[in-house]
Amino acid sequence: MKPAPFDYLVPSTIEEACAQLAEAGGGATLLAGGQTLMPLLALRMSQPFILIDINRIKALKGATRVDGGTRIGPMMRQNEVIADPTLARELPVLVTAAQHVGHHQTRNRGTIGGSIALGEPAAELPATAVALGASVEVRSTRGSRRIAATDLYLGPYATALEPEEMITAIHFPDWPDDSISLFREVAQRPGDFALVGLTGAVTVKDGCIARAGIAWFGMGPTPIRARQVEAALLGQPIADLDLAGLAELAVADTAPFDDLHATAEYRRTVGRRIFARTLGERLNRNGP
Amino acid sequence: MSTHPIQLTINGRRHDATVEGRLVLSDFLRGDAGYTGVHVGCEHGVCGACTVIVDGLAVRSCLMLAVQADGAAITTVEGLAADDGTLHPVQQTMRDEHGLQCGFCTPGIVMTLAALTGGPNKANSETLLNALSGHICRCTGYQGIRRAALKLAGDAA
Ligand code: FES
Ligand code: FES
Repeated sequence: MKPAPFDYLVPSTIEEACAQLAEAGGGATLLAGGQTLMPLLALRMSQPFILIDINRIKALKGATRVDGGTRIGPMMRQNEVIADPTLARELPVLVTAAQHVGHHQTRNRGTIGGSIALGEPAAELPATAVALGASVEVRSTRGSRRIAATDLYLGPYATALEPEEMITAIHFPDWPDDSISLFREVAQRPGDFALVGLTGAVTVKDGCIARAGIAWFGMGPTPIRARQVEAALLGQPIADLDLAGLAELAVADTAPFDDLHATAEYRRTVGRRIFARTLGERLNRNGP
Repeated sequence: MSTHPIQLTINGRRHDATVEGRLVLSDFLRGDAGYTGVHVGCEHGVCGACTVIVDGLAVRSCLMLAVQADGAAITTVEGLAADDGTLHPVQQTMRDEHGLQCGFCTPGIVMTLAALTGGPNKANSETLLNALSGHICRCTGYQGIRRAALKLAGDAA
């Protein structure tokens, strides 16, 4: 239960970190909040030669408003996301999602970028990034690029990030102020991984759904965007939504699996149920 | 393998040390600095026994490297009671409400409650009860701990 030896590096700028990643040529691992990596090191499931601690890079912290959206530093702690007034106003569903990550004590260290880079399929923050149409800005010594969250996840813990790349920002596009958050998680205990989770938002204009961004977590090998139901919702008058039919479509894109805790069929059934209930409740409460 | 000089404050006292990169904070606090009130249960972030306060925040000390605490101010359970032995309000409340039996999980729970009730923005009962989900207790069945948390929040238990 003690980590294997490694060289510990602690860069103070993004450039320095990228240079260290490049020099290590794939032999280095980034240490963000450490709430997943530290257990993996302790269990020796991860044994990097070099650990690059990015906790002292100031440029990776904080959230700022930018043209058309919000730019979040990946090293923002999950509890900082929860307490941030800008995020509460602009991205309420992200704040709700962050409240469901781990426990208070792990959220004091755990970061939004660490969670998004890890790509745990049952995690709240990657799915919320997918649902809201976020993208990540990544850097290496070769330059920077943007990856849409929907293109980031390739499988469980597998992302489109190259070994020498690091996330330098997460961009969330603006959603109108009167957007309606959709979030519901079913887990055995608070802080456990979700058995089934729904996240996203819809907007209503003139009594009809004008925009929908919806994703699942714990419902397949990656976060899963519910594209079919998003398309079906657009333009629908909210007065007479066929919630049962929509719930069926909502789980159509998912690929849940059986495990110790629940069967795939259970997950689909609960998914249909929480989709219909959450959408119904939220539209009544916040309807025009 | 790398070693690093660190300088930090533990319970108000300055400590200087040289640590291996891989040394976790909980092992440093117990083994090197002698604060054995930091209990180590699972060593991988599940049980909460190792919780300490780092720069005002309750964190799991087995999930931080000692080198990451360079420059930090840390409080362990040894730092709570007054010099004359008067218990900290969280300790006294846990005692009054029978919030412990064997005491293994207790320092961690006390540090979480102390972090959330010590500052200017005292947490409400909902926040305190939620934060208890970060701790496993094999003895008490949690009811005494819950009562202590509610009492600390100012709600009748
Ligand atoms: S010993 Fe740190 S959480 Fe269990
Ligand atoms: S009192 Fe024994 S584990 Fe909590």
